[in-house]
Amino acid sequence: MSNKNRIYWVYWIVLTVGMTGYLIMQLTGEDKTVYLPGKTSHGHYQIEMACSACHTDPLGGGEVLQDACMGCHGEELERADDSHPKSKFTNPRNADRVAKLDARKCITCHTEHREEITLEMGVSLPNDFCFKCHEDVAENRPSHVGMEFNTCASAGCHNFHDNRGLYEDFLAKHLDEPAYLKKASVKPLSAGKAYELINSYPVAAYPIKSLTINDADTPADVRNDPKVMQDWLASSHSKAGVNCTACHMQSSAETKEKIWKEKPGYQVCESCHESQVKGFLASRHGMRLAQDLSAMTPGQARLDMKKNAHDRELSCTSCHGSHQFDKKHAAVDGCLACHDDKHSNQYKQSKHFTLWHKEVTGQAEANTGVSCATCHLPRKQSRHENGTFVSSEHNQNDNLRPNEKMLRSVCMQCHGLEFSIDSLADRKLIEKNFSSKPDVHIKSLDLVRQRKDLKKDIEGM
Amino acid sequence: MKHKILLLISSMIGSAVLLSACGGSETKSGGVSPQVMADSLFSVMEADRTVYTKLIIGRLAKEEKVIKASEHWKDEKALVLPAQMFRYGAERVAEKGAPFSYSLLSLWPVNKQNKPKTEIEKKGLNFIAENPGKNFYAEEELGGTRYFTAVYPDVGVASACVSCHNKHKDSPRTDFKIGEVMGGVVIRIPL
Ligand code: HEC
Repeated sequence: MSNKNRIYWVYWIVLTVGMTGYLIMQLTGEDKTVYLPGKTSHGHYQIEMACSACHTDPLGGGEVLQDACMGCHGEELERADDSHPKSKFTNPRNADRVAKLDARKCITCHTEHREEITLEMGVSLPNDFCFKCHEDVAENRPSHVGMEFNTCASAGCHNFHDNRGLYEDFLAKHLDEPAYLKKASVKPLSAGKAYELINSYPVAAYPIKSLTINDADTPADVRNDPKVMQDWLASSHSKAGVNCTACHMQSSAETKEKIWKEKPGYQVCESCHESQVKGFLASRHGMRLAQDLSAMTPGQARLDMKKNAHDRELSCTSCHGSHQFDKKHAAVDGCLACHDDKHSNQYKQSKHFTLWHKEVTGQAEANTGVSCATCHLPRKQSRHENGTFVSSEHNQNDNLRPNEKMLRSVCMQCHGLEFSIDSLADRKLIEKNFSSKPDVHIKSLDLVRQRKDLKKDIEGM
Repeated sequence: MKHKILLLISSMIGSAVLLSACGGSETKSGGVSPQVMADSLFSVMEADRTVYTKLIIGRLAKEEKVIKASEHWKDEKALVLPAQMFRYGAERVAEKGAPFSYSLLSLWPVNKQNKPKTEIEKKGLNFIAENPGKNFYAEEELGGTRYFTAVYPDVGVASACVSCHNKHKDSPRTDFKIGEVMGGVVIRIPL
């Protein structure tokens, strides 16, 4: 071997070893950027470094991915009465349709890491896909003659998955409702009932009674900060007997012995507020924690965030404060401390805010104001061990994209259906945070109105 | 209570269907022909369907009027329609990975996805409509697999069937009579 060749070999070996070392480091460290095949969609980019969240088996193909999708999104689809579940496509009579568009698999439309074909909702779609199964729709719906197939899902009338607020009989039932309903309020939260709902609630250690400053059970070596005491005394925790140690004394992972923890994590909140923490972990706020990644910070967000908030780490206490746990603060100021986009910044000029202001200043009844949380963390009925209760959905993304998901749980609590559909379709109005009436009109209710000969399929049975 | 009834019935259908599937797969040892298997499956489906329509819908919705049956059963807090009961069962069977599949179709469908699609479905539904009391059997190839396909008449066994379809805004036919063929059950077994 000539000297020159030998040098090339040395170069090659050094380069290969170096490269391998680098790739291994990337694979084992938190930053796995080199392995990303393309820009991740806004729904998943936060957890893109937890490759195994989706790629559960490095050798797995589409089926493995499908399981991963359903693992996180399956429950939501079921709740949404998914109009096109996989089970509608597995029958062999649909083999020709599946050959054209394999609707059995999420990734047929929801391609990840392909920014160039990813549309606004995080999905890549052939824009006339409805045609493949519903090409004859105009035969039975004369009103649909001449409508283009790329408008089914983009004109505010239909969605592929969630049509709970859009199906024909629902529109018929809510035809001609006024824009503003007489009774405009949301369900009251069933607050402070955790102890009744959870069998394992430690009533013996923390009896249900209002506590005073003298009851505070902080260990002698922990300094009693007057501000902390004041916040705790004002909170519903102190009023329900939730003493300092209830949250701060936690079993150590190694010795299992109870030790004082300065900053307890979401796991502590979860022991009483399970459904809220579940929502949080599924949300843009908590999805990184759910994957054992470091907490989300506004600095990592793709939405506009306030500069001074960039390094804040998101946990339950970022919105709720660590001792006051004031829901009213969390419902507006908690959000506006970080969010800095047009919609958020317009909120305080909106009628919704006026109503909220009236509520919190005691000029209007409870549950008649509209805070950020009223729409983005809407009230929902949940089940606990011992019954149902009303809590707020802590996954703020649950009713967005497509935003018609808000119709039933939010808008229609106070507005008529038609007004609600039109408002949600008006992009400019959303930017202005609903500070005027909608300029957009969706025709679906007009079509239902025209179909006057609606025969009730249920009545008269 | 009604949830319990539904659960019970759906699990009955499911288990009956699955049990018959297990029996059917033992072709090696004695040979159950695809036709015998399809016929057996159909007898279970038809029995459950009739029981649901008569004992649940007919009794509770039509006679006693304690609860309605509605396509939008969740929103209306109502009973699921017989056709939905049937389809949800079929979907569950498919989710469990059973090799056979079945569906409820019609030449006069309320839900346009229930109209015949394949040539054999068209032939079969026409045959059972024109030859009351007879079944239709054929073979067809779909998505690269050959199937034994059987089509059985679905008869309006109760007045609930007929009145609801005749009045439904999406029904293309409004003159169904009790005892008439309203559609067909299509069962497919891969060969
Ligand atoms: C309360 C109303 C109602 C009753 C009662 C009812 N059906 Fe239906 N039926 C429907 C609706 C609505 C559909 C469409 C359901 C779907 O697939 O979404 C349907 C679907 C069907 C189909 C499939 C083809 C189609 O029309 O979409 C057949 C066949 C059928 N029903 C027959 C019957 C028979 C037989 C009975 C009695 C055993 C019966 N139905 C009882 C409302 C009813």
